Amino acid sequence: MPKNERRRFLQLSGIVALAGCSQQPGAKVDEEKLPSALGKPIRAYGERSQFETAKRAVPDLKRPQIGSTRTPLAETEGIITPSSLHFERHHAGVPDLDPSKHTLLLHGLVERPLVFTVADLKRLPSASHIYFVECAGNSGGEWKAPGGPNVAASFGLASCSEWTGVPLKILLEEAGVKPAGKWLVAEGADACKMSRSLPIEKALEDCLVAYAQNGEAIRPEQGYPLRLVVPGYEGNVNVKWLRQIKIVDQPNQTKDETSKYTDLLADGTARQFTFVMDAKSVITYPSGGQKLAGPGFQEIRGLAWSGRGVIEKVEVSTDGGTTWTKAALQEPRLPKAFTRFRLPWKWDGKETEITARAADSAGYTQPSREELTEARGANSQYHYNGVKMWKIGADGSVKNA
Amino acid sequence: MRSLLVVFVLGVCAFGQKYNVGRAASADEIKATDQFMAPDGTGLPAGKGTAADGRDIYSRRCARCHGAQGQGDEEGPLVGGKGSLKTAKPLKTVGSFWPYATTIYDYVHRAMPFDNPGLLDANQTYSVVALILHMNGIIGERDEMNAQTLPKVKMPNRDGFVKDNRPDTGKKKK
Repeated sequence: MPKNERRRFLQLSGIVALAGCSQQPGAKVDEEKLPSALGKPIRAYGERSQFETAKRAVPDLKRPQIGSTRTPLAETEGIITPSSLHFERHHAGVPDLDPSKHTLLLHGLVERPLVFTVADLKRLPSASHIYFVECAGNSGGEWKAPGGPNVAASFGLASCSEWTGVPLKILLEEAGVKPAGKWLVAEGADACKMSRSLPIEKALEDCLVAYAQNGEAIRPEQGYPLRLVVPGYEGNVNVKWLRQIKIVDQPNQTKDETSKYTDLLADGTARQFTFVMDAKSVITYPSGGQKLAGPGFQEIRGLAWSGRGVIEKVEVSTDGGTTWTKAALQEPRLPKAFTRFRLPWKWDGKETEITARAADSAGYTQPSREELTEARGANSQYHYNGVKMWKIGADGSVKNA
Repeated sequence: MRSLLVVFVLGVCAFGQKYNVGRAASADEIKATDQFMAPDGTGLPAGKGTAADGRDIYSRRCARCHGAQGQGDEEGPLVGGKGSLKTAKPLKTVGSFWPYATTIYDYVHRAMPFDNPGLLDANQTYSVVALILHMNGIIGERDEMNAQTLPKVKMPNRDGFVKDNRPDTGKKKK
């Protein structure tokens, strides 16, 4: 037995020993009547069971075309977010684009301005990678006070998918970027033609012009038929409904890289082009709004991710941050992707606080709320990645701490 | 000889291209699609307008959301907030926060009015931009905004931005 597994086995057997010989009474359910009649016939496109209810948190907005929905991360397992539950953030609604007419124009400081159809892009060499996409504003409500009542409310502007597309580097090499081309500006085909500037180094490193998500075409609300995927960078630069990329010598200073997505500091200056999403984690079970059935075995579960690389370590505290235990990390651990962590735990039925903190391959450890606000003040709005505490009551209820 | 010529022509077409997928973009289609504008004025169209010119279109197409004087209504304000950025309640407006005047043109042009983006022509856009700048006390009511003058407008918070200097947290104390 490998060392890690052995340690985990010992932890688990310790828990079994702690639980003692007396079997706790399990919940009783109504007797299941197995159907004798035939079930439903085969069908062309699947749906989930009628008994499953996980859904995105949808706010009541006067203008629902500009706003966001949040992934119910506490109701997902593993590291892949179902496409149907991937968070949304739109600035002018979701366009309905016909892929047979949609094109990507690549121009500006290039030797050969090119137009690609969606079919052209699918012909080119493809790559698939699992990456998270996180809105820079995720957890923004936590800056002023750690008030988020549940995982979706405070962390739901993050999701993780397998993206398939053409490496942007291939397109840039086809067009031939001129030496003066230091930035690109990418534009979507939504009504507001949302646009963002990106350094050319990142474009050449690992960006994708993606056309597929989790094995099928990208969903309309995720950018169908084409979106830019910029691994580890704030969600807003992953331009959806991508229609043109212009190579330029300077950032265009668009609305969403000046008035928005800049991080106000305590001294009144604002950081600009803070692209990378720093390491972050959240316990998804037990988490706000859930209720523990009773004392005894619990598997603490959560997600960690970092825009700077791989998650190397997640530590969990079940005593309000006094002592910490390393959680098991589900392999494979992928760069710039969700990593699932788990820790077996026996709840003694007493009130306590639980929290997690992640460390990444860049040598960065997720800060406490205090460390973060000490460095930046509480006005930054974006890029909050402080640890999140959940409070477990004696009745098993879990609330924001 | 003929086959050699064909090879030569293909070779020229393929110069620098490995896959030869996609087609060359024409100058016309680039012009029709490229509406980017940079802070140095690159991409700003011909046209002009003053704050005075902008009042009519503003009251008809902008005031409902942004307020008659830019004070905000259904949406956030366009004016105010000067001196607030260090306080517990920072108010980020065009006047107090936006670093470049060209961004206002770019955004109004591409995204406003919210329910009908792209509605305003160049003169109307320059006029509305001039009015927003005037409401913030940055230019005079009769100052003309055009492709030459707009990039020269110095926004009050032009020097308020700094580079990303993270990591500023996350070094483990032990």
